[in-house]
Amino acid sequence: MKNNDMSIFAALIVLLVAAPLAIYPVFLMKVLCFALFALAFNLLIGYVGLLSFGHAMFFGFSAYVSAYTVKAWGWPTEIGILSGTAIAALLGLVAGTLAIRRQGIYFAMVTLALAQMVFFFCLQAPFTGGEDGIQAVPRRPLLGVLDIANDLHFYYVVLAIFAAGFLIIYRTIHSPFGQVLKAIRENEPRAISLGYHVDRYKLLAFVLSATLSGLAGATKAIVFQLASLTDVAWQMSGEAVLMTLVGGMGTVFGPMVGATVIIAMQNYLSGFGEWVLVIQGGIFVVTVLLFRRGIVGEIGALSARLGRAREVEAKA
Amino acid sequence: MSELIFQLLGVPPQALFGQLLLGLINGAFYALLSLGLAVIFGMLNVINFTHGAQYMMGAFGAWMLLHYLGIPYWGALFIVPIVIGATGIVLERLLLSRLYHLDHLYGLLLTFGLALILEGLFRNYYGSSGLPYTNPIPGGTNLGFMFLPWYRGWVVVLSLVVCLATWFVIEKTKLGSYLRAATENPTLVRAFGINVPRMMTLTYGFGVGLAALAGVLAAPIYSVNPIMGSNLIIVVFAVVVIGGMGSIMGSIVTGFGLGIIEGLTKVFYPEASATVIFVIMAVVLMIRPAGLFGTVR
Repeated sequence: MKNNDMSIFAALIVLLVAAPLAIYPVFLMKVLCFALFALAFNLLIGYVGLLSFGHAMFFGFSAYVSAYTVKAWGWPTEIGILSGTAIAALLGLVAGTLAIRRQGIYFAMVTLALAQMVFFFCLQAPFTGGEDGIQAVPRRPLLGVLDIANDLHFYYVVLAIFAAGFLIIYRTIHSPFGQVLKAIRENEPRAISLGYHVDRYKLLAFVLSATLSGLAGATKAIVFQLASLTDVAWQMSGEAVLMTLVGGMGTVFGPMVGATVIIAMQNYLSGFGEWVLVIQGGIFVVTVLLFRRGIVGEIGALSARLGRAREVEAKA
Repeated sequence: MSELIFQLLGVPPQALFGQLLLGLINGAFYALLSLGLAVIFGMLNVINFTHGAQYMMGAFGAWMLLHYLGIPYWGALFIVPIVIGATGIVLERLLLSRLYHLDHLYGLLLTFGLALILEGLFRNYYGSSGLPYTNPIPGGTNLGFMFLPWYRGWVVVLSLVVCLATWFVIEKTKLGSYLRAATENPTLVRAFGINVPRMMTLTYGFGVGLAALAGVLAAPIYSVNPIMGSNLIIVVFAVVVIGGMGSIMGSIVTGFGLGIIEGLTKVFYPEASATVIFVIMAVVLMIRPAGLFGTVR
């Protein structure tokens, strides 16, 4: 890890460990689940340049799987979350194989369409409970000992899951594999001519992103004890895009910041009904037109500019 | 003979032809919308995510004209596409044109945001339950093997005419040749003294007008509903991926063809009717990634 990122991450974890003192743990868990979702999404758009408009299929389907296995089959919580994640990985393999056959704007449309197919499947399949979803998923003790019916206890579990997800993504983008991904983003034909099997790299990144989105969705299902059609609808994919865009695409911490901002906004505006949709759309438009680098990206650019100015001063 | 076939298929002819007609109508909307998307994409390199919302606004436009101003369907058929097309022109000039120098993805994100705003506004003021719009041509005729409601026949005929006229203008006229040239190489065409930015603006307005026209046509068939557009546009995206956006005729044929296939699926395997187009998309991606009529660019 770069020293700078490392210290920010350490400070963040300290902050998050202390956060339940001041903030309601369920809200924090929601933020963490969506932050992990946005981080996983950012792995594709930020580091491979692939805009997926269908990430809700991994998030939502995994939520269904973990909710169902825990509730109907009585599986232990940790196995439920893991099986949701595994199914998301599998779904990612299938969807990814299809989607990476097209680039750019078509990739976005293909992923959106595939996710809609999964949505209709969930709407019709008997195990998902249709419009009701799967409700009242039990929160059984984790590993048989840790009582997670208590929100505060479960918060620290979710924090650990989030931190693990973050570190996996961080490790990935700073590995040689991550460098190849960035090369594909910058200039795909050149990466091909250098002898890289671009499709294999893209597919692996896609599966990893799907898996972590699934982990976020499965965890979310246990947190809220609910898996529903909202989790798998196209609006959910749009939210992952929005959070990442607002926070800063291709930045390490951006998706987290974006998720926090958007979830907090939804929380405060929950009484305003459909206006939330209008405001989210407005944020999209303003961000795309005025600050495309997102919050973290703009701060980074600003500090880089200040640093340069200071260097010039020091020389003079 | 024909009775034997129907017995073998296990469906009554009325059901079969009824669903075929429904499929043809859905196909008409797919064709009109994917045609608009293709024309806009060809010229502006933008996937217009707002297309569904503009279709929805077309339907609402017809409803509003009737209920607030008392202007009937036939007036709405002309007024609505022009007005909504004009709002598209404003949108292109004010917002979209600022993003042409960037990655295409930003155009998609901007129009997605606009779609959310429009859908949210209409849901706010009109709820999401849907408003009825009276059929302007009630009645129909019995063709012997099926009952054809006049209005449904009119929708199929009009959308075919509009699609073919668009094809004719783009492929066979001088204006269309400018358009195609500007799609290929805008810089060169500008050097010849043709105002390409204005052509782009008008193209966007035209594409949006087509979506609004589809909306007016849809109003008497489906209930006028704020979410009618977002549900449809995702299917249309799949249609566009299947057909490829390279050819105008391609989007027309794919649109109608997929509508009919969807209708047939409703007869023979209703459970799959909502997903059949996505399944076809997956198959096409495996066999011919560029789309049936597409060229790799």
